[in-house]
Amino acid sequence: MEVLILSRLQFAAATFFHFLFVPLTLGLSILVAIMETKWVRSGDDEYKRMAKFWGKLFIINFALGVVTGITLEFQFGTNWSRYSAYVGDIFGSLLAIEATLAFFLESTFIAVWIFGWERISPKLHCVAIWLVAGAGTLSAYWIIAANAWMQHPVGFVMRNGRAELANFFDVITQRFAVIEFVHTVSGAYILAGFFVMGISAYHLLKKREVSFFTKSFRIALVFALVFSLFEVVQGHFNGGEVATAQPSKLAAMESHWKTQKMAPMYLLQIPRLSGEGNLIEWIPIPGALSILAYGDPNAVVKGLSDFKAEDRPPVFLTFVAFRTMVGLGMLFALLTIWGFLIRKKLVDNPKYLRIMLLAIPLPYIANEAGWMVAEVGRQPWIVWGLMRTSDAVSPVDPTQVAVSLIAFVLFYSLLGVVAFWLMARFAKKGPAPLPAQG
Amino acid sequence: MLETIWFALWGVLWAVYFMLDGFDLGAGALLPFLAKNEEEKRYVYHSMGPFWDGNEVWLITAGGVTFAAFPTAYAVMFSSLYSALMLILFCLIIRGVALEYRSKVESHGWREGWDMLLFISSALPALLFGVAFANIFQGIPIDAQGIYRGTLFTLLNPYGLLGGLLFLCLFLYHGALWLGIKTGGELEQRSRRYAKVLWVPLLILAVAFLVATWFATNLYQNYLTYPVLWILPALAVAGLLATRLFLQQGAAWKSWFASSAVVVGATLFGVAGLYPNLLPSSIDPAASLTVTNASSSPLTLKIMLVVALIMVPVVIAYQVWVYYIFRHEVSPEDLAYEEGY
Ligand code: HDD
Ligand code: HEM
Ligand code: HEM
Repeated sequence: MEVLILSRLQFAAATFFHFLFVPLTLGLSILVAIMETKWVRSGDDEYKRMAKFWGKLFIINFALGVVTGITLEFQFGTNWSRYSAYVGDIFGSLLAIEATLAFFLESTFIAVWIFGWERISPKLHCVAIWLVAGAGTLSAYWIIAANAWMQHPVGFVMRNGRAELANFFDVITQRFAVIEFVHTVSGAYILAGFFVMGISAYHLLKKREVSFFTKSFRIALVFALVFSLFEVVQGHFNGGEVATAQPSKLAAMESHWKTQKMAPMYLLQIPRLSGEGNLIEWIPIPGALSILAYGDPNAVVKGLSDFKAEDRPPVFLTFVAFRTMVGLGMLFALLTIWGFLIRKKLVDNPKYLRIMLLAIPLPYIANEAGWMVAEVGRQPWIVWGLMRTSDAVSPVDPTQVAVSLIAFVLFYSLLGVVAFWLMARFAKKGPAPLPAQG
Repeated sequence: MLETIWFALWGVLWAVYFMLDGFDLGAGALLPFLAKNEEEKRYVYHSMGPFWDGNEVWLITAGGVTFAAFPTAYAVMFSSLYSALMLILFCLIIRGVALEYRSKVESHGWREGWDMLLFISSALPALLFGVAFANIFQGIPIDAQGIYRGTLFTLLNPYGLLGGLLFLCLFLYHGALWLGIKTGGELEQRSRRYAKVLWVPLLILAVAFLVATWFATNLYQNYLTYPVLWILPALAVAGLLATRLFLQQGAAWKSWFASSAVVVGATLFGVAGLYPNLLPSSIDPAASLTVTNASSSPLTLKIMLVVALIMVPVVIAYQVWVYYIFRHEVSPEDLAYEEGY
């Protein structure tokens, strides 16, 4: 039991920390690639400075994405050995393929990009950053296919006391994986867009490097606008998928207790901390939940009361995380639409710029909240319907896990501070002038 | 058959990992001794710059393949070696950050701090990988449920420690040779002198390890049954002699390739002796994890094999290309680079 709690905490700490850096890697690589492409196409050195400035922030962030990822890969063996032995036939191969297909590409070509400015032609150099961006997206697909399999296991048979692969194609192309991938990657792109806009806003407020940061802002704005709008629409389908595949998770996301037709949603709703019902349910919109989940006001939505207590996920966390994500999602759409309307006169709108500067942390929160919904909402299963989290943990000595957990938390906090401090430092300093010949 | 192919690939992946990351772990561990001033230190950092991350992915792949091809072995091995692996992990995290962040701030204290961390986080994994592998060769106390019946200190037995020292010394040597290639002037000369000095304890440790293996493990059983396998230790021994010879002649690259042969030969020597075990149990031979009782289903192994046969050559091709474009000595212009180290 102790090992279980400690291992869950450790896994949560490690993944959350990893995902502080991953989305920026995914999104900023594309933005830098776009900037560098503009430079190669137009020969305008301002774009080269842009690629270099945002690229430097990218590298600082990237380093932590890499090192924290290694921990995750090993933790399945160290902390979830029973899980690994039970489903490794399917799950392990996805991780191995991710490494051979994507990680090699990404980490090899980022080095070419960092050290190759003078060694290879600009075109080839630009290809390198596109390869990094592509490999990041590719790696996200494989890891999410692995995660989607835990959410919705398909393509396997039970044999030799474990889950064995029956249809590889089903595993990597199932709907759940595609939807989860699209949603996560769009969330990452929103984050990167807001990151670039926020830092640009900081400099525009001080009227420094106005042309440089206006251009950066606009590239990021279009990017973030597209994906913010997309995310709100797509997130709805994500919910529908969950409703069919994981009804208890959906019920927890909405803290919906009573099985009924015309299930309502409440504008203000607060679940009890202890579970079992809501403290406050105000202003119902009849049928809204039925429509959102199944596209039909008369659909029956199963409530938590009809799940056995040991089969319910933690309601409070799931609910709060879900509301947070959705609320922020709407906000991002509004903010980017606003920005688009005033894109021609950004410098004259200090209020907007100030808001965008303060908005930098929000997509981080939305992304982490999303994972909270997906992962906490999946409990008590580690693999939905197949294996419980409590049966998955390694038979190791709890003190070992306690020590490593404490070490992780201390050490990661320190690293996080250093990384964000460095990023802030370089972000504030602004772009360097190009050396004489460029 | 499939299991045996995967066992061989598994061994090769680890061997390639040690060959590649071996030199940058070694170079990092040599930093405080070899580099006398700020400029020399930055040469050392730059000598690893374009390579270390790509090298480390071989570890991720080796780990991933253990998971995919032999999930039961992955589960038992990684949970049994919990503390040792956590230490390695922390070191790899620190190392990556040290490499990327060290030169980003112009402050003496900041840089000294990261230098120290780089040293520890390079030397310790070299040692621990050796300890871990020697213990795998020797067998560890796991019971029929796959539960480890020992502690971190169980692993620190004489044979395990000997393996650790051998790896450490081998990586230091390999790293010194690399620095000899990638740097010029004084630093180059000093690196070569270090390599010459290091070769002596390396030889002693290698002989001691080969002898101790006879007494501490069953590895030689396979060699007696299939004499053709002697090729592997022979490769290591030949490499060990050749590398010294080339060093004497000042043939830096040749000397480094020969020491690569030592790393690969030494790893494969152990792995081939292990077969068909992946993780022998020292308390109950029936509890040993073997290629048959720990492997994935044939379908998974087949799919993985197709992926590996296509992708690994592609990876090798572009990594060779990267080594090729960055084969030159690190120059002062490289140090002037803003993005660099
Ligand atoms: C490929 C698999 C995979 C992926 C992509 C993720 N996770 Fe996960 N997650 C797991 C596989 C997993 C797991 C191994 O299955 C855990 C460990 C214990 C458990 O129940 O599931 C888990 C648990 C877990 C928990 C603890 C839930 C609880 O115990 O109540 C949290 C908070 C997260 N994860 C968060 C994340 C975040 C922030 C991720 C973003 C990178 C993430 N997960 C990606
Ligand atoms: C919990 C499961 C996860 C595992 C086991 C895992 C594994 C890893 C590993 C081993 C690395 C280091 C790669 C290197 O050294 O180059 C890494 C980095 C990274 N991961 Fe994860 N990861 C997980 C979750 C995720 C998710 C959910 C995403 C994306 C949606 C993601 C995307 C990335 C990216 C973009 C990097 C950045 C650096 C790189 O790939 O080199 N990871 N991850
Ligand atoms: C505004 C409407 C949004 C809706 C309706 C929505 C819906 C959902 C749902 C239902 C899930 C759970 C899926 C599962 O359990 O598998 C989820 C997960 C997630 N969400 Fe959202 N979301 C929205 C906005 C956002 C935004 C703006 C971000 C980030 C910037 C984001 C990031 C995530 C992430 C990272 C996950 C976890 C991965 C996944 O399961 O796809 N979401 N979202």
